[in-house]
Amino acid sequence: MAKVLIPTPLRQFTDKQDAVIAAGSTVGEVLGALTAQFPALRNNLYNAEGKLRSFVNVYVNDEDIRYLDKDATAVKDSDTLSIVPSIAGGRS
Amino acid sequence: MSAPTLSNEEVLRYSRHLIMPEVGMEGQLKLKSSSVLLVGTGGLGAPLGMYLAAAGIGRIGVVDFDVVDHTNLQRQVIHGTKDVGRPKIDSAYDRMMDINPNVQIIKHEVALTSENALEIIKDYDLVVDGTDNFPTRYLVNDACVLLGKPNVYGSIFRFEGQASVFATDDGPCYRCLYPEPPPPGLVPSCAEGGVLGILPGVVGLIQATEVVKIILGKGDSLKGRLMLYDALGMRFRELKLRRDPACPTGQCSRIKGLIDYQEFCGMPHAQEAPAPVVTDADITPKEVSERLARGDRFVLIDVREVHEHQICNIPAAQLIPLGDLPKRANELDPAAEIICHCKSGMRSAKACDFLRQAGFRHVRNMKGGILAWSDQVDPSVPKY
Repeated sequence: MAKVLIPTPLRQFTDKQDAVIAAGSTVGEVLGALTAQFPALRNNLYNAEGKLRSFVNVYVNDEDIRYLDKDATAVKDSDTLSIVPSIAGGRS
Repeated sequence: MSAPTLSNEEVLRYSRHLIMPEVGMEGQLKLKSSSVLLVGTGGLGAPLGMYLAAAGIGRIGVVDFDVVDHTNLQRQVIHGTKDVGRPKIDSAYDRMMDINPNVQIIKHEVALTSENALEIIKDYDLVVDGTDNFPTRYLVNDACVLLGKPNVYGSIFRFEGQASVFATDDGPCYRCLYPEPPPPGLVPSCAEGGVLGILPGVVGLIQATEVVKIILGKGDSLKGRLMLYDALGMRFRELKLRRDPACPTGQCSRIKGLIDYQEFCGMPHAQEAPAPVVTDADITPKEVSERLARGDRFVLIDVREVHEHQICNIPAAQLIPLGDLPKRANELDPAAEIICHCKSGMRSAKACDFLRQAGFRHVRNMKGGILAWSDQVDPSVPKY
């Protein structure tokens, strides 16, 4: 059961929780369990083709899964997954 | 240009820098002979402008074309209450010159565009990105990559901030982090989502620290690291940021030249944006108020959040936040006429769409929301 850190813009879809424990031995499985628990998250993480959206990055601990094995990246119970979407605020 | 020196006044002013070996006379002269372009004088740009001026950066370019308003004052500390209504660039200039008249400040009172970005940026050593929108962020990034100028990045939302250093000789750029922007509407802006006023102070000063370190050539920069700051948890985390393998050397392979960033980010051009169409389903606050006064039968629903309802509300309206509507729609009579309102009319339009799809036939949107209600019906209702 890995811990998934939920960023502020997506907490509206996780009953306001900032971290969720989800089961799975790969990133794909953990995110699958997460979106099964919170179906409204799915559309915000994946596009119509079922691929992670290009403005949402997923990290296992501090490493970007794009540079590991993407969805197939192995996840241990002690690992922390971070979902990090792009944010633009700053000037106004 | 002759090598810069420090006047006696400057030696005194910078004495706490000069007595540190990491800065010293050599470092202070590096700061004085350097130039930085600050894009935006808002939440991030406010502390950046003040501290970079105080630090003695020789030449600071400032890009902004906005005007100070009351909602800025909660976080944009470079502007004061007396500046409301003034161009931000003038107010920022006055504050920075007051802090340090030795600094040369160049005002660029324009919107940064694909047409002017390279011309403006080329005269500076590095760029600090204090913008608030995706098109300008991608524009700043691409222009910095093309010109080989480091881009010191910061971004904020509610209680969270991000910072990094992009577009150095061998480091990643913003497109390595996020190849493409989100479609409009999916990621809320600070104007929609709110922001803790102190947050841009923290993130802007992380950026200012990185600027000074890059100029001094000291320490470890955030190059290749994405710093995440969570003010609620009071935690800093960092994630590894790699250059996209598609760009092994030299510049980012995605960037061939500047493009149309409005189009890239899926936004209509301002001049092409169609005028809002008033449909039969729209109703003005004035009409709603007249119908309430006549005692017409209809249900007025406020789809804003509970904390917004606490700021101001229309007493006749029933509060059902947009997110709760799916599970609470059964409280409503499908045969009744329903009028939805929110702050400005966007969320209530979504609520109307949802209700129509759910089978409600007489659904109307109060145009302009409670802000327009304040203008047209009851000026005692505060705007936020």
